[in-house]
Amino acid sequence: MQTSDLIRILPEIILAVAGIVVMLLGAFQKQNAGRMHPAIALLGLLGAAGAIAYQYPWRSLDPAFGGMLELDAFSAFFHILFFLVAALVVLSSSEYVAQERLASGEYHALLLFATMGMGLMASSNDLIMIFIGLEISSLASYILVGFRRGVATSSESSLKYFLLGSFATAFLLYGIALMFGATGATNLTEIHLALQAEQNTVTAMASPQLTPLVGPVPTALVGLSIALLFVGFAFKVSAVPFQIWTPDVYQGAPTPVTAFLSTGSKAAAFAVFLRVFMVALEGSAQDWVWLLWVSGLLSMVLGNLAALLQTNIKRMLAYSSIAHAGYILVAFTAHSEEGVAAVMFYLAAYALMNIGAFAVVSHFGNRGERYVEMEHYAGLGYRAPLLAASMTVFLLSLIGIPLTGGFFGKFYIFRAALHADLVWLTVLGVLNSAIAAYYYLRVIVFMYMHPAAEQIPVERVRPAMGFVLIFSMAATFLLGIFPQAVLDFASQAAALLLENLGNGVL
Amino acid sequence: MVPLSYYLILAAILFVIGVAGFLFKRNIVTIFMSVELMLNAVNLTFVSLSYSLRQLDGQIFVFFVMVVAAAEATIGLAIIITVFRNRESLNVDRIDLMKL
Amino acid sequence: MVLHDFFFYILAAIILGGGILTITRRNAVHSAIFLVMTLIGVAGLFLHLQAEFLAAVQVFLYVGGITVLFLFVIMLVNLDEAAKQRQFNRQWGLALGCVLLLVAEVGYFLYQGRDSFSFAESSGVLLQNNTQAIAMSLYGDYLLPFEIASLLLLVAIIGAVVMAKKQI
Repeated sequence: MQTSDLIRILPEIILAVAGIVVMLLGAFQKQNAGRMHPAIALLGLLGAAGAIAYQYPWRSLDPAFGGMLELDAFSAFFHILFFLVAALVVLSSSEYVAQERLASGEYHALLLFATMGMGLMASSNDLIMIFIGLEISSLASYILVGFRRGVATSSESSLKYFLLGSFATAFLLYGIALMFGATGATNLTEIHLALQAEQNTVTAMASPQLTPLVGPVPTALVGLSIALLFVGFAFKVSAVPFQIWTPDVYQGAPTPVTAFLSTGSKAAAFAVFLRVFMVALEGSAQDWVWLLWVSGLLSMVLGNLAALLQTNIKRMLAYSSIAHAGYILVAFTAHSEEGVAAVMFYLAAYALMNIGAFAVVSHFGNRGERYVEMEHYAGLGYRAPLLAASMTVFLLSLIGIPLTGGFFGKFYIFRAALHADLVWLTVLGVLNSAIAAYYYLRVIVFMYMHPAAEQIPVERVRPAMGFVLIFSMAATFLLGIFPQAVLDFASQAAALLLENLGNGVL
Repeated sequence: MVPLSYYLILAAILFVIGVAGFLFKRNIVTIFMSVELMLNAVNLTFVSLSYSLRQLDGQIFVFFVMVVAAAEATIGLAIIITVFRNRESLNVDRIDLMKL
Repeated sequence: MVLHDFFFYILAAIILGGGILTITRRNAVHSAIFLVMTLIGVAGLFLHLQAEFLAAVQVFLYVGGITVLFLFVIMLVNLDEAAKQRQFNRQWGLALGCVLLLVAEVGYFLYQGRDSFSFAESSGVLLQNNTQAIAMSLYGDYLLPFEIASLLLLVAIIGAVVMAKKQI
């Protein structure tokens, strides 16, 4: 281990330290500790972002810790996205935490640890690190989902998330085990090389006196392993047919946590999904592309159709998040540089608009999340014009109306799909976004065209929440009007991710 | 010497038993035990592959799987206790507050 | 060598028998006991495959730790009522389909890969000084995951306290 290795994981170290400080604060300062926690968390996130920026340009050709970590532009992009998401969630949950009397120290500490796990996921280049990063973020999320302990729905969704999550983890692990058996490696680059050379990478490491068991890669085992890995990752990104947990978990979780899961965790899962499939398994793309094709189409169709039927707005957004996973899988199916860039751009745009939408839901929900049904939103446009206007912007962006980030996100996705000759998938995807417009517009119609049935109190928007709303709105418009900067970053990262493969250098 | 494929098939059957338990059982604690069976099947696969390839990496991975399994068990059982406190039941059929 | 094979079959029978009984018993305590049987069988196979360190960890951590945790929870929550109910879900069709699919898939692939897999004949001393070699690896190549695992445990501790404690 060298100093350069430590600098590579400096962002994660900073987050872990911030998390521990948040936890310890409660032991020394009984009063006012609740106000300090968000500040420390934000400081930690800022520091971690600084540590990422310090390593610019992200073009490490000497991976840290013997190939375990790779801080390339791809992981830098996702790190910045995670920190942004976490910071927005911290800001938007300050009201919520006070209102529901949640344990503030533990809440923020777990958020920071989950973010750290996601960061590790984005930069891991070894299945062992991917697994541990995934587990850190998952375990923290299981708890965050059940954070309203006294509320039955919250602990129920935590239980469902936990049971199905560990079920999926077992599948993922089985896939990793078989991949190890086929190639003799857990490092993604080594797996790639082994699959390319069709020769396992066994070396005489453990006992030099023995001849290593070099042999051909059994393709059947690779196929099975890919299927199992796909199950594990598809669960994490909530793609059909492994989406069953999503609506229940998103509905029962505290709203800011739902925002975190649907943006941060999903992006992290896609980062790993992309890295494993595009780096390690690129050579056997013909084995997995059809899986993505089918799963992407089903996710779009089922997600959108089920969302049409919902009356609970959190549940509707949950189904819509399944549909959005489907759109992202469309770009993934293209398995090209352009496709990877489109996935990254879409994840960024989706994160910003979705966090904004959930911030509105969280604020309007009031104590105990009482007002989360569609009819509660009736007449909101007249009682709280600004809140309703920001919600409208986020929903329009989720539809993909021009001038918003969602439009360019979808545009790049379908362009990448067309360039990869996925005409049918593109057509069906575009049709699906038309269906999706219906249920998003329904909320807008409720807000502006229905009279309020009952008098629902709307609390004053506090500065932190106001900042989140304005920031997400501004960012959504910015991505919709000047998408080039973010897209260039994503394209460069994607190019770098795939270029290294060609030369076999990593 | 028993061939490697016997070990792999044994692990696969254990994994399937775990999956069956997960899908069929109604008691949450036993459902979670089924997950442990699945993880053990994975560990067995890793160790036998590690033996046949003479690579220690597989065994290291098993070590981490065990650490994670312990952490998962702690959290899972804590969640189960919370659910029980709220609902006084551990039957999955009654965990149904949220339905379409 | 015959003895060696004999132990494999005995252990395999213990593992599968324990596994099946774990998921078919009504009483959760009985399930936990049969789970222990499977876990010990797996530990035996680890020894068989010259992974002494993992065999020891399996016994300490799984049998000594996780199963005891299971038993604690079974005692804490009242499961008498649960034992009287029907034990299995009604989704037989769906679940059976899933399992059959999985069995077919695994069987097919293992059958396909049969020829590529056989242990080399020299089954003598392969991974000598297993514990030492694992230690060298953990503090060498695998230093980072080893350290990060401590954070995983920290998350688990915080999580368990948050969820299970009555008053924070």
